[in-house]
Amino acid sequence: MTRSKAALIGVGSLKPVRRTEGETTLGMLARVSALALADAGLEKDAIDGLLVGPQVGETPQHVPATVSEYLGLQPTMSNVVDLGGASGPGMIWRAAAAIEAGMCETVLCVIGNHRNPEAPRSPNRNPIREFDVPFGASGANISYALLKQAHMARYGSTDEDFALIAHWARANAQRNPDAIFHGQPASVEDVLASPLVASPLRLFEIVMPVAGAEAVILTSAARAKSLCARAVHLLGAGEKITHRAVSQAPDLTSGPLKPSMARAFAQSGLTVRDMSLLSLYDCYTIMVATTLEDSGICPPGGFGAFMRAHDFGPEGDWPLNTHGGQLGYGQPDLAGGMTHVTEAVRQLRGTAQGRQIRDPRFALVTGNGATMSEAVALVLGADA
Amino acid sequence: MIDLATLSVPGPTETELTKPFWAAAAEGRLLIQRCEDCGRAVFYPREICPHCWSSRLVWADASGRGRLKSFSTIHKPGHPGWQPAAPYTVGLVELEEGPTMLSFILTGPDAPRVGQALVMQPTDIGGRVLPAFKIDNDNQKGDQS
Ligand SMILES: [Zn+2]
Repeated sequence: MTRSKAALIGVGSLKPVRRTEGETTLGMLARVSALALADAGLEKDAIDGLLVGPQVGETPQHVPATVSEYLGLQPTMSNVVDLGGASGPGMIWRAAAAIEAGMCETVLCVIGNHRNPEAPRSPNRNPIREFDVPFGASGANISYALLKQAHMARYGSTDEDFALIAHWARANAQRNPDAIFHGQPASVEDVLASPLVASPLRLFEIVMPVAGAEAVILTSAARAKSLCARAVHLLGAGEKITHRAVSQAPDLTSGPLKPSMARAFAQSGLTVRDMSLLSLYDCYTIMVATTLEDSGICPPGGFGAFMRAHDFGPEGDWPLNTHGGQLGYGQPDLAGGMTHVTEAVRQLRGTAQGRQIRDPRFALVTGNGATMSEAVALVLGADA
Repeated sequence: MIDLATLSVPGPTETELTKPFWAAAAEGRLLIQRCEDCGRAVFYPREICPHCWSSRLVWADASGRGRLKSFSTIHKPGHPGWQPAAPYTVGLVELEEGPTMLSFILTGPDAPRVGQALVMQPTDIGGRVLPAFKIDNDNQKGDQS
């Protein structure tokens, strides 16, 4: 097997909720960190590296120091990873690189958010605010609607093709009691009957915002072995950032995940056909469609035929987002991307209770931020 | 469609650098930057050319013609001030000069189609004249689908 870049030895997740009362993001980060630490079977003083998201709500700056202090850590390596929905996967290879560089031995990657819908949004002075918002384009829905429309115009893909992605996410969410849509499956017809939000995007093709937090602990493969930890290995990674606003995207029907996945596969010596699990970032149905095509598992424009030809459940021939994806699990803001990592770890070590895939060996994990702008791909492997 | 001029919506957050763009827009012109070193057009306005990093950027009137790369008709706006206008359409406009900008698309009785020719139409949105676009019926090529 390919050399392990690092071992993922502990994961933690807070059950997503629609809103929190009186919770702080710091408090939620602390709770999920404790879950990951217990899962890893470590004492907290073993942690000497810390990677955090770009915002902890009440603290816009000095985030690593604030989180370190709150957790009683004194890391010898810490940083903010600011890649939107790709932040979680982006932490994983950075943790491995920091360990490899000799800066630390065991890294806590933690990301999450409280959610009080009345909280004011911070003032925004970026080019999107100046050049998109005045024309009536506020928020991510419009950007992904433009991407979906471009795909439909170029390839003749249909609303039914996209609805299959949302349908499978909801179907898999029925196997995960923590998912926000547990108990609420959706047929293709249900997806097509959901209201138009920004044509051609319908409500069920869009993630539900929730509060939540996710944490992962990594250490070197050698140390994981000496700890007798239940390890999952990072075998390859790729990253690419191409733009911020959708108007500046170099391509509307293929994204930076394409070269990111190519690099991750090249590093691992594996191909997408070797994967036992596809854990693909799914803020919107179009994101999964484009990622499938960019992965090479189906040709450009071919995702609809691919969706019709396979079973994407845990027992299916192509398990996809077995935790429900964010379309079924809910999107805990920036932690949403990390759910694709924690689910892959649980599947690859055989602890995905009630939804375990058969013969788990390798997983493709993707993260995506902004408007198909920020991409991270990971190839993870089960302990040999 | 309601009168867009009556909307109470966020306007441009102009900076010293971008003032000429918005001042021209108020006069019904589309003013973009062009790089004197590499010759390429630049949108949105920047301090340096994103293609070659030259600082020799000059303002030049764009033709106002473009092509619809994609569009969305918005039923649930991201900003509440736009609710009275919903459903309305925004699109990605590939300018004849090369760059792409997002803009408001003035639609007729037919749904817009990706690939259609567009022409700039100065439009009062929330009390400011902005460079919106409309379908350019005089310049449609044979097959735009
Ligand atoms: Zn230039």
